[in-house]
Amino acid sequence: MPDRIVVENLVKRFGTIEAVRGVSFSVRPREVFGFLGPNGAGKTTTIKMLATLLVPTSGKLYIEGLDVVRQRQEVRRIIGLVFQDPTLDDRLTAWENLMFHGLLYGLSQAETRRRAMPLLEMVGLADRANSLVRTYSGGMKRRLELVRGLIHTPKVLFLDEPTVGLDPQTRSQIWQHIQQLSHEHDTTVFVTTHYMDEAEHCERTAIMDHGQIVALDTPEHLKQLLGHEEIRLTVRKEALHERPRWEDRLGQRFSGSGPDLIFKTHDAGADVTRIVEVIGPSIQRIEIKRPTLEDVFLHLTGRQIREETVSAREAWREFGRRRMGR
Amino acid sequence: MIALRGIYVIWLRELLRFVREPARIVGMVAQPLLYLILVGNGLAHGFQFRGTGGVNYLAFMFPGIVAMSVLFTSVFSAMSIVWDREFGFLKEVLVSPVPRAAIAVGKALGGTTIAVVQGAVILILAPLVGISLRAGMYFGMLGVLALLALALNGLGILVASRMESMQGFQVVMNFLVMPLFFLSGALYPLKGMPTWLAALMQVDPVTYGVDALRHLVYAPGQILTALTQFSLATDLTVTLATAVLLITVSTLAFNRAKSA
Ligand SMILES: Nc1ncnc2c1ncn2[C@@H]1O[C@H](COP(=O)(O)OP(=O)(O)O)[C@@H](O)[C@H]1O
Ligand SMILES: [Mg+2]
Repeated sequence: MPDRIVVENLVKRFGTIEAVRGVSFSVRPREVFGFLGPNGAGKTTTIKMLATLLVPTSGKLYIEGLDVVRQRQEVRRIIGLVFQDPTLDDRLTAWENLMFHGLLYGLSQAETRRRAMPLLEMVGLADRANSLVRTYSGGMKRRLELVRGLIHTPKVLFLDEPTVGLDPQTRSQIWQHIQQLSHEHDTTVFVTTHYMDEAEHCERTAIMDHGQIVALDTPEHLKQLLGHEEIRLTVRKEALHERPRWEDRLGQRFSGSGPDLIFKTHDAGADVTRIVEVIGPSIQRIEIKRPTLEDVFLHLTGRQIREETVSAREAWREFGRRRMGR
Repeated sequence: MIALRGIYVIWLRELLRFVREPARIVGMVAQPLLYLILVGNGLAHGFQFRGTGGVNYLAFMFPGIVAMSVLFTSVFSAMSIVWDREFGFLKEVLVSPVPRAAIAVGKALGGTTIAVVQGAVILILAPLVGISLRAGMYFGMLGVLALLALALNGLGILVASRMESMQGFQVVMNFLVMPLFFLSGALYPLKGMPTWLAALMQVDPVTYGVDALRHLVYAPGQILTALTQFSLATDLTVTLATAVLLITVSTLAFNRAKSA
């Protein structure tokens, strides 16, 4: 099957700021594709270009074979977008919001209702459909926006940070819905997040930093980029002089200093028993550390991903670094 | 086809939101009433007016106040497009297949409908200031108000399409809306003004709306000649032309404005 989204060498400049710096990727039909990166990485800018809201500075964009820049109207018919900030009209009821959406896409009220009901049922809002949206919680609004984005059965649904600002339980609910709908509908989901752990929910994830994709793969493969798991152990100080002997017997050196030793391996589960055999009672504590996407990000960029917004000073430094071309 | 649907959606939403806000409805009628009672009575007792031809001042001011309420409501409603574009519903519409022109037109029609409804309610109060309205006059005045509202909604959208945030709203109120109001002849007759003031009054589109309303309120005769400045035909032509021009220009401007 041909790819549903194709992006080639996408660039977007705002004056001197280069928000997106030569990005290429493609997304298959029915895939849940993630865009992971810290605030300011260029995720929203990329989505806006794909969703016809921003014209790229250069590069090529296709959705279902349509040229996104030249065939805007056609593209708009087959995409849905849930913005980073809520765009519901909170003085209207949920149903009225959905009805207006349906009308914008040429659906009769009856048809909109027929499509909305099972979706509202799925996200648990069916009994609140006639309440004003202003009475909704943040999580309910998000779920309603998800439903609204699906009413016109788009081929691609863009979700820009759908879980930002929500509590962990609601976040995991939203992700369940996202996965469910990609199975039940012929919809490709393109989702961005700056929560590292959330990339686990995607089939493939692009890690974005400073407007560039630094890695793109399944979460499993991304973690293998680090090439190792770690066994971390603390041993008795009195036994430390034996370290060279242990290393001989294990056929591999430890890293780490003092009583804290790190053993890098591809199969921590198997090696941990060997270590216990070799070092035995001199071990005080032992733990296995599998890489998280957080580690992958750190490995790829040399930085910790920043939670929430960058501080003003950091933003300045960032700005300076970019202007100097880093 | 899809454009018509878009216009309909934007228009309908505007009305739905309006009826959901009772405070706004009350305010819309209370404000002109307040102007009539406080400003009107104050001026009527404080000054001797030349050129009102013996008509009592409240009756003179009444058409002006109706026009004022249409002016405020139209501009305010059109300006909310800035808010909508940044924070809400309009972003939704901008990604839909509905052409942008439909948004501007739908918004203008929505704002016009609300302004005319407001005018219709205020006009019912006419007997209170000693004006008796016949049905023909009543609907004639609503027609004039609709034209005026269209023009002013066009103006509001034109300004809004150039604005990034609601921060400029106060500036627009002070340097656009208030001058339009004071220069329109709503509060004082246009005749016998210094030339520079008269010139400014003549480029204010609200002037022609107010003038047209006065044509409909007063019976033909000496009073009418004293209180109106242009012929009814001139008034209607200018208002209509302004409405068409401003709606067209604002639609184009909105089309070209940066998306959110
Ligand atoms: N309209 C704009 N004008 C100027 N700079 C912008 C604009 N939109 C985004 N940027 C800049 O582009 C960069 C990427 O922003 P964005 O795409 O919103 O990042 P993300 O969604 O990953 O947090 C940031 O440095 C941001 O300040
Ligand atoms: Mg963003």
